[in-house]
Amino acid sequence: MGRTLSEKVWDEHVVRSTPGEPDLLYIDLHLIHEVTSPQAFDGLRLAGRRVRRPDLTLATEDHNVPTIDWDKPIADPVSRTQVETLRKNAAEFGVRLHPLGDLDQGIVHVVGPQLGLTQPGMTIVCGDSHTSTHGAFGAIAFGIGTSEVEHVLATQTLMQAKPKTMAVTVNGTLSEGVTAKDLILYLITQTGTGGGQGYIVEYRGEAIEALSMESRMTVCNMSIEWGAKAGLIAPDQTTFDYIEGKPEAPKGAEWDAAVAHWKTLVTDADATFDKEIVIDAADVTPFVTWGTNPGQGAPLGANVPTPSDFEDEQDRIAAEKALEYMGLEAGQPLRSVKVDTVFVGSCTNGRIEDLRLAAEIIKGHKVAEGTRLLVVPGSVRVRLQAMEEGLDKVFIEAGAEWRGAGCSMCLGMNPDTLDPQERSASTSNRNFEGRQGKGGRTHLVSVPVAAATAVKGTLASPADLV
Amino acid sequence: MEKFTSHTGTALPLRRSNVDTDQIIPAVYLKRVTRTGFEDGLFAAWRNDPEFVANKPEYAGVSILVAGPDFGTGSSREHAVWALMDYGFKVVLSSRFADIFRGNSGKAGLLSVPVEQDVIEQLWDAVEADPTTQVTVDLEARTVTCGDLVAPFQIDDYTRYRLLNGLDDIGITLGHEDDIAAFEATRPGFKPVTL
Repeated sequence: MGRTLSEKVWDEHVVRSTPGEPDLLYIDLHLIHEVTSPQAFDGLRLAGRRVRRPDLTLATEDHNVPTIDWDKPIADPVSRTQVETLRKNAAEFGVRLHPLGDLDQGIVHVVGPQLGLTQPGMTIVCGDSHTSTHGAFGAIAFGIGTSEVEHVLATQTLMQAKPKTMAVTVNGTLSEGVTAKDLILYLITQTGTGGGQGYIVEYRGEAIEALSMESRMTVCNMSIEWGAKAGLIAPDQTTFDYIEGKPEAPKGAEWDAAVAHWKTLVTDADATFDKEIVIDAADVTPFVTWGTNPGQGAPLGANVPTPSDFEDEQDRIAAEKALEYMGLEAGQPLRSVKVDTVFVGSCTNGRIEDLRLAAEIIKGHKVAEGTRLLVVPGSVRVRLQAMEEGLDKVFIEAGAEWRGAGCSMCLGMNPDTLDPQERSASTSNRNFEGRQGKGGRTHLVSVPVAAATAVKGTLASPADLV
Repeated sequence: MEKFTSHTGTALPLRRSNVDTDQIIPAVYLKRVTRTGFEDGLFAAWRNDPEFVANKPEYAGVSILVAGPDFGTGSSREHAVWALMDYGFKVVLSSRFADIFRGNSGKAGLLSVPVEQDVIEQLWDAVEADPTTQVTVDLEARTVTCGDLVAPFQIDDYTRYRLLNGLDDIGITLGHEDDIAAFEATRPGFKPVTL
């Protein structure tokens, strides 16, 4: 019987398989950042262990770093200690690090692909749940906790029970102005935050094949938001073209061998999935969240829902709590919601295509009075590319803040945070209570909605600007 | 890691679904480079509210958390598990856990126990009616017991075996060093390296 893409990649990495035990899986690439690694390196030191494969390990600084004054010492002493600890650990254990100020510094999930280290058929892990991003290349990529980070450092393997398989097929074509972000937000409202739990999901179908690599990364990035172990997309010519010529991509005969192998990484015609979901791309419209988990979303043109309309009691209670936290009225049009801060950036939407799209919409407009727009490139290279294209000038002329690379306002761990009750439209991935700062209120949006919202001052799409 | 066979204690009823890891411990508390001391960040935003259930004196000293569905969603931060353990929890019960959280808890020695939502409801009712109610979670028998209620739960054999024996994963894996080396010898040359 045929195998699915994820089964093929999984099987290629099994070091040891014993009935009644999880598989021992080999890890091709281990990405590291400052937040989830210090206790793991400490564990190695205590046990007198080394990093088994520093040559399959890459570290960068992203969660704690400021996006202004990055050439000065980090002001927050606790953040500074964490970053300095990573530098010490990388030096001691021989791990390649791209620190603040380095040309290849940036969000770990932006850096891997842009270096060409993320390739089809690999297993990639990181102590960060958005590692699923790398699945866009046809890799099995997932987030792990610190105990597992230590395990990978020491052994270059992980004990993993084989997940079930799911296919999400998106038929048809996304409408003009509808992005990969809208698609994944729409999907999460259909499945709920636990719908993907226990599965590796393959996104497929006409609408997925039509996406650019960067849009595919946006889709896979948010796999974790509906509970999936990982999300991946079969590699194709779009994938190969994106990788070719990147600094760490295979060259010459190695390239040919790699592509020949990558072309085998597709789900066989007679393979079956444990579960299948089919979506019609035509049903997807610009989508925003109104609540405090990514499953609480609605079309931009809709109204804030009324909790009593939810049949499930847990959903009803969750909606009531969410509206109270978000300061929203049931039945209020989403387009009437006034936004204080717009954040364009993160590992979901902080790549060059995202910045180009934002600039295209903002060009010739001004950021609304009483609203601020933060544009944060996902990496230093994205920043430099944007500046080469003059995008920074578009943002600055519109009144936006043009920042340095990092996780920034995605997670409230660095100086870029919301104040209590401050409301954001954010291209990031989580609208949890306090995610962007204690008491902050987050609406997850696509890049076009973010850009249009910055101009209008209320949740809006580019169509509202004409 | 400490061995876990059976635990009996009082329980905290957390009537919330989708308790994500940002609620369990906000990012601002993740900056420590040590392995302990995370209890002050546990449910940090909610603990400002005197009405929050964990702040009520009758629930001091609880060691079992009874939570709504989809517990531990979101970020992979193992600090969420550490914060729960540092606070004194030995067990979390929910009808559904996020994968990464459940994996992390198994590695760190916190037992996360999936039971049906109606069991959760019965436990909530029991411990709200009488906060001194004793709940027993028996890993050997794979049961949760509270008064007349006896509910079985599923846990994979391997995680159970490791928890029962308090085994270190890395030590076990390094026992397969030969297999790892043999696998590495077969890796294709086109795979990337960072150095």
